[in-house]
Amino acid sequence: MTSRLEMRGVRRSFGATLALRGVELTVAPGEVMALVGENGAGKSTLMKVLSGAIAPDGGELRLDGEPYAPADPLDARQRGVAMIYQELALAPHLSVMENILLGIEPVRGPLVRWAELRRRAVAALAEVGLDQVAPETQVRRLAIAQQQLVEIARAVALDCRVLVLDEPTSSLTARDIEKLFALIRRLKARGIAVVYISHFLEEVRAISDRFTVLRDGETVGAGVTAGTPSEQIIALMVGRNVAELYPRSVRTPGPVVLSVTNLAAEGKPLAASLELRAGEVLGISGLVGAGRTELMRAIFGLRRVLAGEISVGAFGGAADPQQRWAQRVGLVSEDRKTEGLALGLSIADNLTLARLSGLGPFGLVLPSRQQAACAPWIAKIPIKCQGPAQSIGGLSGGNQQKVAIARLLHADVDVLLLDEPTRGIDVGSKAQIYQLIDELAVRGKAVLMISSYIPELLGVCDRIAVMSRGRLGPARPRSDWDEHQLITAAIGQEEAA
Amino acid sequence: MSAPSETAKSSGGGLAAFFKGPGGNLLGRFLALVLVFAFFAVMVNEGKFYTLRNLENILRQSCVYATAGLGMTMVIIAAGIDLSAGSLIAISVVATAWVLGPDDNGGVRLFVAQHPTLAPLLAVSVGVLSATLAGLFNGTIIVGLRLMPFIVTLGTMGMIRGLAKGLAHEKDIYPPGDETWINHIMDPRLANWIARFHDPALAAKTSPWAILPAGVWILFVGVIVASFILRYTRLGRHIFAVGSNEETARLCGVRVGRTKLFVYTACGFFCGVAGLMQYSYIGGIGQPTSAVSYELFVIASVIIGGASFNGGEGSILGTLIGALTITVLYTGGQQMGWPKWVQEIVIGGIIIGAVALDRLRHRRQG
Repeated sequence: MTSRLEMRGVRRSFGATLALRGVELTVAPGEVMALVGENGAGKSTLMKVLSGAIAPDGGELRLDGEPYAPADPLDARQRGVAMIYQELALAPHLSVMENILLGIEPVRGPLVRWAELRRRAVAALAEVGLDQVAPETQVRRLAIAQQQLVEIARAVALDCRVLVLDEPTSSLTARDIEKLFALIRRLKARGIAVVYISHFLEEVRAISDRFTVLRDGETVGAGVTAGTPSEQIIALMVGRNVAELYPRSVRTPGPVVLSVTNLAAEGKPLAASLELRAGEVLGISGLVGAGRTELMRAIFGLRRVLAGEISVGAFGGAADPQQRWAQRVGLVSEDRKTEGLALGLSIADNLTLARLSGLGPFGLVLPSRQQAACAPWIAKIPIKCQGPAQSIGGLSGGNQQKVAIARLLHADVDVLLLDEPTRGIDVGSKAQIYQLIDELAVRGKAVLMISSYIPELLGVCDRIAVMSRGRLGPARPRSDWDEHQLITAAIGQEEAA
Repeated sequence: MSAPSETAKSSGGGLAAFFKGPGGNLLGRFLALVLVFAFFAVMVNEGKFYTLRNLENILRQSCVYATAGLGMTMVIIAAGIDLSAGSLIAISVVATAWVLGPDDNGGVRLFVAQHPTLAPLLAVSVGVLSATLAGLFNGTIIVGLRLMPFIVTLGTMGMIRGLAKGLAHEKDIYPPGDETWINHIMDPRLANWIARFHDPALAAKTSPWAILPAGVWILFVGVIVASFILRYTRLGRHIFAVGSNEETARLCGVRVGRTKLFVYTACGFFCGVAGLMQYSYIGGIGQPTSAVSYELFVIASVIIGGASFNGGEGSILGTLIGALTITVLYTGGQQMGWPKWVQEIVIGGIIIGAVALDRLRHRRQG
């Protein structure tokens, strides 16, 4: 079978840095190729090359046997190579149909042919199973999963030959992921070659026919997915054996440090009760939108509490985030980019923001002391960076997240509220964060953790509770749960309600 | 044909949906305008406020803001800003007067006298062209050097104003008086037009179109042209796309640079046209210090009209309503005998209130 897309020895450097140093990749029509690799492995550079945003320095690209060297993104789209980016790339104020045909609108002279545009958009929407959405709807009124389908419809409307999806499930619920996979299989059946970029090996296993592993800008391995054990793929990705992804030392739960009784907040949650002990990790599972984040934010004083009680140690009642920090509770937001971190500031600024006291005499904040305070965390966690003064925007997602967690450690909190702490970060960083969580629990810290990634909850937590439709179920030891039960609890209760 | 509204529309079709969506927004803004008008109509003594004459005056006075606002709407929809609008208006005022020549220049006076239509036409072209080129300059710097539009136009605000002053040698240019038609494009027409019905001689002499000043008609044509561009052309939809999400637009092959270049040039053009109105309104004087701080009123009109500084939103009709609202407040305050400082406080407060209301509405809609 001839390859739809073929990359041979593709190289690209930025200044002195070799971002790509020899990428080999082939995809056949009707095949799903999983591209895996840690952040910084060169996946995004590779995508930019494919999309025509940058040109490679060397190597060969072929599309259906013909040389492929797109001049710009429009050229790439017109040749049938479509990209679905991790950060949704839609114009939120425009209608669904306009987004689908943005840049390739049917025109007569300078005028847009609206009837034709609508017809083509409707056809593309039907193709991706989004026919219930009116094409005139403003995109920002749609749910995230629907927005992603609009993006795929954009690729379908283009009649694409190659579809590249970058971490498409990072903001989807389990149910939406199933729908997405069904759609990918339909597209595949139509002969589209799919490149599926993901960190989640479970997904790679579920959807891909073959896989290619990228490390340090180089293809280090490839194979048929079905016949390869996950450990082998992980070993290829990180370049070493991940002996134990989820380390678990002996933890001894202490006294209750956080207790929540019948908590109801504005909107969600409707009713939530939990007890968190020192030295344990309590996980909250459930669908996106079930109210997990809202619960955590209500605890931290970011959401108005309507009823119920929250007590942190000896402190009772609701409080604002400032008081929570003083009570030694810290939160890591699920939204690293817009809320969790100030991307324009340095690592030191971000890391010390929650506790600036003690960084200089007379309440002053001395940069040298700030940086000195960061150094141990950078070394210990470890955070891969040039130094504490480096701007945080330049770090990989995994290292950014480590800074966000280190902020809690610098503030010396006793209760850590972690909302999706490993979302969208590479396997290596995940392993380090799991390790860190384990060490913290052993040292007697209490961790409350939300995750949509069930294997992670089962691996890291001592107890797990499931949230469904704003109600938190009872927390049970993790040995009482398996993946299937957690999904059933999240969905089953929802259907019963 | 299923045309979208300017502020991309919400689900469903038909009139009901239109008024639930962006049409409802416009309707709300229009009702606010009516409310402000009604307030002054009641408060100003002896019904002076709702005379036809006063209505015409309000239209005349809002012309400069509204016309300049057409281009500014495009700029703000594309997530930009043009602080040089006031200076663009001034350069057009001065350039127009400069072509017609100062009052004491015999040669030019003769030329104008001999070509009573052609000479002003030349002046008008130069006036509008000068502002358009200045707008193109704004766009070129913003796109070419990838600088923030706020900073660039803050700089060119001074540069263009300086150019206008230099051209006028730092004093007002008085072109040969009443001889050109430009001086009259903003003259009141309504009273005369009504008089036609009683005076056949006058009816024969004047056009039935002269119900409103020419400047108001020019504004109306501008409104139609700008709305049409934004609604129906590919370029117009790309302006929305660039403002809504520039990266996406680039990804989809939209020529982002060219689109931005267009909006700043269009802003220059419409400010140039507004300059002609200003020229006529202040009595045919090439005053280099006219229209100072007008950019603030123009921007306020656009924002009251429903545009967002974050881009992707805004409408021409909204801007028209915004400009009228500001003018009604202004003339109303004057006729109430409010001191100038009270007027300024009230108008400032209304601008903040309008934007705050908008934000509330957005939050409610999620």
